[in-house]
Formats: sequence, structure tokens, C-alpha cells
Amino acid sequence: MTITLAHYLAVSGLVFGIGVAIALSKRNVVAVLMGVELMLNASNLAFLAFSRFSGAFQEGTEPLAGHTFVVFVLTVAAAEAAVALAMAVLIYRRRETVDLDRISVLRW
Amino acid sequence: MESTGIVVAFYVLSAMTVMSALSVFLMRNLVHAIVFLVLSFIGMAGLFVTLSADFIAVAQILIYAGAISVLLVFAVMLTPLASRNNGNSLYAAPGLLLGAAIAAIVVFTAIDVEWNELTGTALEERAFLDTISGIGDLLLGRYILAFEVASVLLLFALLGAIVLVTDRGEVDTEAEAEDGASGAVAADDAV
Repeated sequence: MTITLAHYLAVSGLVFGIGVAIALSKRNVVAVLMGVELMLNASNLAFLAFSRFSGAFQEGTEPLAGHTFVVFVLTVAAAEAAVALAMAVLIYRRRETVDLDRISVLRW
Repeated sequence: MESTGIVVAFYVLSAMTVMSALSVFLMRNLVHAIVFLVLSFIGMAGLFVTLSADFIAVAQILIYAGAISVLLVFAVMLTPLASRNNGNSLYAAPGLLLGAAIAAIVVFTAIDVEWNELTGTALEERAFLDTISGIGDLLLGRYILAFEVASVLLLFALLGAIVLVTDRGEVDTEAEAEDGASGAVAADDAV
């Protein structure tokens, strides 16, 4: 039994698919954000798996570039979560609800 | 990656990650869903460790399992009158179908493609002994521009979050203060 790149990519794909399903089909704004976080996490796993396994790195190109990219993904995820949750709280203050089925128009 | 420890760790951690992610979808209570999300993040951090990405694993636990989950709990607690229901929206079926399709496509592609990957001793040699200094060199070397842009992004996210949730309407705050005062008076009367 050997663990290969395909194993990690399969886990990454499964988590990404679950994240897509959550983000598209949940009613609560916070739940949708949780789906987005799962998708970002799955992409991080794929980055790190390629960085560890790939034989495609030329001479002089660091395999650690994947890790660097993951650092940026973490940064963007934190910024996105902060702003999006602030927007959720703002919508709640105006409408007393965070139900996406009831916040379906662009202006009110 | 043939040693029994790694194989067992991979299967246990990936089962934990995927099952917890599924539970986030299935849980009926939003707070329970957040707990399972944290569990999924921790399992993912374990998978990062098996990829010898120690720094990223620690950062994952600090940022995702620590900060972002606290932010999610805050968002739930700041919206008290909204329901804690983690139910599906009216358009759940297409979302589910799309998610399943994407997962199937990625899994079958990952299994089918002949990846240009290292095996055996070459893979053992690739194991990163020390990722932190390498990541630091890259962040402040080749990717310095992206690093600076990320700092600007964080600054604007901070400002944006503060500006969005700050109550600037002076009339509103006065009205709220009056409400609070009258509420206190009413409470006194009741006593």
C-alpha cells in the first residue's frame, strides 16, 4: 500500500465538492461562508500535495513555492471571512434575517 | 510514503476530514455545523503534516480552527433573532448536483491521469526538513510584490470590516440610547 499524489487529490476533490454543495444549497449566510472556507481548504491540500509529490520542478525552482501560495490563500481567506461576516451582520441589522431565500433582491 | 504509519494516518485523517465536511452539510443546527467544520480543519491540518508541511499545518490550526471559527461563532451570536437552522435553500438540488459532479470529475481525473510524480527514494529525499526558512526566503524574495499586496489587502479588509459594522447614524444611536433609557425606566417601574 502506497499513498500517492492521486490519493491526496481525491480527498481534495471530495472536500471541494462538499464545499460547493454547501455554498450553493444552504439557506443561512454563515453556512454559505463555511462552504467557501471548505473549498479554500481543499485547494490548499492540492497545492501542498503537488508541492510534495510533483517531479515537474526544474532545476532551481523551489518546490516550496506551493507552500508560499498556501500562505497567500490563508491571508485571502481570513480577509474574505472578516468582510463577509461583517456584511452578514449588516444585513441582519437592516432586515432582521440572514436567510438567503429572503434576501434575494439586489436593492430594497 | 509506504510506511504503515503514514498509510494509517492518511486514511484516518482523510476519513475524519471528509466525514466532518459531510456532517457540516447534514447537521440541522448551525452551531453543531461549526463544530464539525473545526474538526474538518483539524483533520486537514493533520493531512498537511503527513505532507511534511509543518508551518502550514500550524498556521492552519491557528487561522482556520482558531480565528475563522471564532469569527463564524461571533457571526451566529450577533444574529440572535435569525434562526439557527442550517437548512437547505429553495435551490438545493442544483447545488448538490454541481457539488457531486465536481467531486466526481476531480476524483476520476486524479485517479486516471499519469502524474509526473516522485516515488520511492526520490520522494523520501524531497521530504522538507525545514519549511519555515524556505517559505520566508520565498516570501521576502521572489514573491515580495505579492507579499506587499497581501498586506495591503489585509489592511483594507480590516478597514472594510470596521466601516461596515460601525453604526454611523447619530440619530439612530440617540434613538437607541433613548430606547435603552426608557427601557430602564420601564424596568424600574416594573420593580
